[in-house]
Amino acid sequence: MSGVVISGVGMHPFGRFEGVSTTDMGVGAVRAALREAGVVKGGFQAAFCGTAYGGVATGHKVLSRLGMTGMPIVDVEAGCASGGAALMLAAGAIRAGQYDTVLVFGTEKMPRGIIRSSFFEPWQEEAGLAATPSFFGLRAQRLAMTSGVTKDHLAQVVVKNRRHGAMNPDAMYQKEITAEEVLASRVICEPLHLFMLCSPNEGAAAVVLTREDRAGASDAVPITLAGAVLRSHLPGSVLSESTPLSGLTDDTVPSPTALAARAAFEEAGMGPADVDVAECQDTDAARELISYEEIGLCDPGGSAELLASGATTLGGRLPVNPSGGLLSKGEPLGASALGQVVELVRQLRGQCGPRQVAGARTALSHTVGRGANAGVVILTR
Amino acid sequence: MGARVMVRQGLFTDEDQPALLGSRCTACGAHHFPRHDSCPYCSTEDPVPTELTGSGTLWAWTAVTSAPPGYEGEIPYGLGVVELPEGIRVITRLTESDPAALAFGQAMVLRVVPLHADADGNDVVTFAFAPGEAR
Repeated sequence: MSGVVISGVGMHPFGRFEGVSTTDMGVGAVRAALREAGVVKGGFQAAFCGTAYGGVATGHKVLSRLGMTGMPIVDVEAGCASGGAALMLAAGAIRAGQYDTVLVFGTEKMPRGIIRSSFFEPWQEEAGLAATPSFFGLRAQRLAMTSGVTKDHLAQVVVKNRRHGAMNPDAMYQKEITAEEVLASRVICEPLHLFMLCSPNEGAAAVVLTREDRAGASDAVPITLAGAVLRSHLPGSVLSESTPLSGLTDDTVPSPTALAARAAFEEAGMGPADVDVAECQDTDAARELISYEEIGLCDPGGSAELLASGATTLGGRLPVNPSGGLLSKGEPLGASALGQVVELVRQLRGQCGPRQVAGARTALSHTVGRGANAGVVILTR
Repeated sequence: MGARVMVRQGLFTDEDQPALLGSRCTACGAHHFPRHDSCPYCSTEDPVPTELTGSGTLWAWTAVTSAPPGYEGEIPYGLGVVELPEGIRVITRLTESDPAALAFGQAMVLRVVPLHADADGNDVVTFAFAPGEAR
């Protein structure tokens, strides 16, 4: 795919903000993105808003406050990949010639504690089969069996991402952590300790997409949206993010992330070796490593080795989660995928200061979650 | 003492040697749990109801250490994946809540276990796998 550029980005920091509403955060992020893109009232023909917990007409409430309505405004729910889904729809509409400029944003205030999802039936909650972190724990244990990932590796993912996050003023946790501190935190679902899990929280992010030949209004370096793909699960994998009650004894079923990554690379006409910097779903420490393998950043079974080589740390060959990832930023479901895109746009423009990946020209973002929904976005400059 | 009620009807039989209630696709032969009215693998309608084997082997396991939303039972509790001879893996509670006491591939057998008492004083039960051989 080509012909679509990102002409402006904006963000409300991720964290906990007493007295600030979902709408307030969305307004902040949207204003910033429109300003950067040089887009004023009437300058975009559609808006897509990612949100999972925002409620009815979340996008309309944000744009009503800005006095920018009349165009189609569509809320998009795709679990953790809601923002990626919104981006895919917007990009497709521009490519199809339907619109020249589309606003894409996500805003969210998550309840505290273990995420309660209306996905589950009441009996599943009652029987204890709806504990989201337990599925993360089971996946982490399988990764230990298939890829030799140890608790020390899991702790190192957290140490790495928190080191990156300490340099990101938009992150919830801006303090480094040691492996000893990670391993001393209480066990939530073996093998995962508390600090290996991201915090559901609050935040917003916004992106303005423009047809390549209409991008003149912005002073910012335009970033090409080379691929934006959303995929759901295929049946069969018992630990798929589709959270089935059973699956087949078949380990060859491709994951939604693998499907999305393959399609995104095809759309962009490139492969995993071309990626200079990535933001990957690190809802828990194991999930980042699983993503390395599913996206093809390493061979199957090679995630522990890739991590231990230092390649995915800032300064390495392929830094992953230079923003600090969800482990540092926290996860506001509807905004998190676009938060990754904001980070990567700034990385490609060279605006990231101490956490800048030098000379980055191709970037990949990845989110996956309930549905299942997996989103992969590829950006180039 | 209250009556004994299943957490949901149609999932398992509440007997001394219980079984999970599944289905089998008449076209592709895949087994399902719980029962489906279309095969999730090949979309063929009307799979045949079947009782699944009440024993299997342990494939993955963990323990839940804080009560998730909507759960009123005991903490911690075991949760895992058991492989059945029908070629399927089932997400299930485990009677063992200490992950260190379990091993990959060990024999597991189906049980019906108490969860909690409901608002009417009934004893709510559910299915779970326990370490051990089928009798």
